[in-house]
Amino acid sequence: MTEGGPLTGGPLFGLPLAEVWFGLLFFVLATFLFLDGFDFGVGALFGTRDDEAERETLLAAIGPFWDGNEVWLVVFGGTLFAAFPAVYANLFGRHYLLTFGILAALIARGLAPEMYEQREDDRWQRWWGRAFVGGSVAAPFFLGLFVGNWLVGATTAVTLPGVLVGLTLVALVVVDGVAFLRVKTRGDLRADLRATGYRALAAYLVSLVVTLAAIAVTTPLGSAMASPSVAALVAATLTLAALHAAATVRDRRYLAFGSAGGLVYALVGVVAVLLYPQIDPAAGLTVETAIVSTLPLNMMTVGAALLFPLIFAYFAVLYDSFSGPVEAGEGY
Amino acid sequence: MVDPVLASRLQFALTTIVHIVFPVVSMGLAPFLVYFTYKEIRTGEAIYEQLRRFWTRIFAVSFVVGTVTGLVLEFEFGTNFAAFSRTAGELFGGPLALEGMMAFMLEATFLGIFVFGRDRVSDARYMLSAVAVGLGTWLSAVWILIANSWMQTPRGYEMVRRNGHEVVTIVDPSAAYLNPRFPWMFVHMQNAAVESVALIMAGLGAYFVFRHHVWGYPIERIDFWEATLKFGLVALLITAPLQVVHGDLYAQHVYETQPQKFAAMEAVWETDSYVPEYIVAVPTSVDDLLDPRAKDIFGIGIPGGASWLASHGDPQATIRGLESFEGPQPPVAVVFWSFRLMVALGFWFVLLAFWGGYRWWRGQLLEDGLLHKALMASTPLGVLAVELGWVVTEVGRQPWVIQGVMKRDEAVTQDLTGFEATLTLVGFAVVYLGLLSLYLYVVGRIVRAGPPAPADLAATDDADGTPPDAAAESEVATDD
Repeated sequence: MTEGGPLTGGPLFGLPLAEVWFGLLFFVLATFLFLDGFDFGVGALFGTRDDEAERETLLAAIGPFWDGNEVWLVVFGGTLFAAFPAVYANLFGRHYLLTFGILAALIARGLAPEMYEQREDDRWQRWWGRAFVGGSVAAPFFLGLFVGNWLVGATTAVTLPGVLVGLTLVALVVVDGVAFLRVKTRGDLRADLRATGYRALAAYLVSLVVTLAAIAVTTPLGSAMASPSVAALVAATLTLAALHAAATVRDRRYLAFGSAGGLVYALVGVVAVLLYPQIDPAAGLTVETAIVSTLPLNMMTVGAALLFPLIFAYFAVLYDSFSGPVEAGEGY
Repeated sequence: MVDPVLASRLQFALTTIVHIVFPVVSMGLAPFLVYFTYKEIRTGEAIYEQLRRFWTRIFAVSFVVGTVTGLVLEFEFGTNFAAFSRTAGELFGGPLALEGMMAFMLEATFLGIFVFGRDRVSDARYMLSAVAVGLGTWLSAVWILIANSWMQTPRGYEMVRRNGHEVVTIVDPSAAYLNPRFPWMFVHMQNAAVESVALIMAGLGAYFVFRHHVWGYPIERIDFWEATLKFGLVALLITAPLQVVHGDLYAQHVYETQPQKFAAMEAVWETDSYVPEYIVAVPTSVDDLLDPRAKDIFGIGIPGGASWLASHGDPQATIRGLESFEGPQPPVAVVFWSFRLMVALGFWFVLLAFWGGYRWWRGQLLEDGLLHKALMASTPLGVLAVELGWVVTEVGRQPWVIQGVMKRDEAVTQDLTGFEATLTLVGFAVVYLGLLSLYLYVVGRIVRAGPPAPADLAATDDADGTPPDAAAESEVATDD
C-alpha cells in the first residue's frame, strides 16, 4: 500500500469517519435493543401467562427471530472493537462482573426456549420457564446498568443513574414485547396484552423522566441535557409514545410496533447525544482520540457500506417469511 | 484466590475448549444439510426429508449452545485481555466485526427460516436458506482464522504510540489479512469439522445397524440409520486421507514460521539433523512423560521423518532445538503428546475409513460387528482430535499471545483483581461443564427419539396427538 493511496491518504471522501462510526455504533446498539428487546419483552411476559397453549404461542412467536436479533449484540461488540479498541478494552475490563452478568442472563434466556421444548414434563418446563423469564428481565436490566454507567463515566458496577437506566430499559422492552406479540397473536391473548401495554408505556415514561432528572441533578451532564438535540429527542419520545398509544387504541398493530421501536432508537439517541464528543468519559477518551487509524477505518467503512444493505435484506427475507400471527403447530 | 493472569488463561482455555465443540458440529453438518435439502427438494424421497429434519434438530441445538458460549468469548477479549484488545484491536477487531456482519448475520437470520420455515416458504427460498446457513458457518471460520492466523504469524503491521500505549497499526492489509498461515488453518479446520461429523454419523448409524443386523433387535426405520452410516462413511473416506495430507503440509509451514512450536511438537531440545518422526512414542521413564525429549523416547519412528517433514523432503535436514530459543519455552509435554495423539487419531480415521469402505465394497457393511464397534467407539474422537489440534496450535506458541510481539502476561487486563477473575473462572467452569452435559443429554434424547416420521405421517406424530384439522379448528382467528 503506497502512501497517499485511496485508503491511506485520508478519510474516504473526506467523511468525518470517527463520527460516522460513533453513530453506527449506537445505531447497532439501538437495533439490538429494539429487536432483541421484543424477545426480552416476550420472555418477561412469559412469566405472566399460565396457560400452556399461550406459553407455546409466545415461544413460537420469537422462535425464528431471536437468533438473528441477538447477532446485533455481536455486531455491536465487533464494531466497538474494530473502530474504538481502546474503549472496548476499557469498558469491558472496567465493568468486568457486570459484563459477565449480561452474558449469564443471555445464556439463560437463549437456552431456555430450545430446552423448554425438549421435554414435556412439568418440572423441566417449570425450571426452563424460570430461566427464560429471569434471563429476559435480567439481560435488559444489566444492559441498561452498563449503558448508564458508561454514560456517566462510572467506575463502579452499581450507580444510581445506571440502575435507573436499567429499570427504564426493562419497562421499554415490555412495551416492545407487547407490541410485537399483538402482531403475532390472536384472540384473548391479544386482547389481554393491550392493557399490559398501556401500563408498561406509562411505567416507561415515568421511569424515563425520573432517570433524566436524576442524571441532570447528580452528574455534570445536566448542562448537556438542556441542548436542543436532547430536547428534540425527548419531544420525539413523547410523540412516539402518543402515536403508540393511539395506534393501540385503534388496533393499528404494525404502527404500534413501529412506534415502540422508535422509542428505543430515541432512548439510545439521548445516550449518544449526551456522550458525544466523548466516548469513554471515565478514561477521558473522545471519539477523535479513540478512533483507529485511517487505513483500517477506511477498510471497515467500505466493508460496512457493502454489508449493512445485505444485512437489512436478510432481515427483510426473514420477517417476510414469518409475517402475521403464529399458526397452530408452529414453533419449536 | 487464583492469580488473575492464570485465572484468565484458564477461563479462556475452558470457554474455548467447550465452545469449539458446537461450531465443529455446525460447520461439519452444514454441507450434509445442504445436500439433504437439495435431494429432498429434487427427488421428494422421504429418506432425505428424514435425514434433513433429524440433523437439523442437532444443528439447531448446537447452534444455540454455540451462540451462547461464543458470545462469551467475544467479550472475554475485553474483560480479561483488555491489554491485548487495546494493543491489537486495530488489526484483530476488524476480522471480529466482519465475522459478525458478514457471517454470523447470514447464518442466524437464515437459520430461523431453515429450522422453522419448511412449511411456510417456497422450495427455492428454503434451499436458499440452507445454503445461506452453510455459507454463514463457513465464513465465520474464515474471519476467526484470519484473526487467529495473524496472531500466529503476524505481518503487515507496525507498532505506534497512541493514547499512551504501544499499539499495532496496519501498514499492509494484504500481508496482514492474507496471512500465509490462514489457508492451512482453514483447510485443516474445515476438513476436520466435516470429518468429525462424519465420525459422529458413522458411529450413531453403526450403533443402530449393529443392534438391528448383528443382534437382531427390531429397530424402527432402520433404513434411516443405514443411510446415516453410509453417508458418514463416504464423508470419512473423502476427509480422512485429505486430513493427513494437508496436515503434513501445514506442519511444514509451522516449521518455517514458528520453529519453536515445531520443536515443541517434536520435543527436539538440541538442534539436530536426521530427526526421526515417532508414530508411536513411549517414554523410557516417567520423567520423559512430563518432559519428553525426542532422544530419550522409545518408539516406532520413521528415521529422518521429522527432518523430512520440516524440510520438504530432506531426511538429513537440521531441526532447530528448543534450547536455541531465548526465554521461556512452551510446555513441551502438553504440545508433544497432544500432537502425537492427534496424528495417531488421524491415521486411525484413515484406517477406519478404508476398513469400512472395503467391507461395504464386499457387501458386508451391515454385518461386520467389529467394524460397527470400532465406529461406535470412534464417535467422539473426531472432536477430540480437533481439540488436541487446537491445543498444539495455542499452547505451542506460548509464551506468546501474538508470536514475537506480545507475551501472555502482558495481555491480561491490568487492574483485574484475583477475586473477580476467580469468581468468573469458577462460575464459568460450572456453567460451561453444565452446558456441555446439557447438550449431550439433549442430543442423546434426539437420537433416542430417532428419525422423525415422514411428512405425511407427521400430523399424527405430534406431541398432543391431535390430527391437524382439529388443531386448526381450535385456532379460529378471533381478533379483538
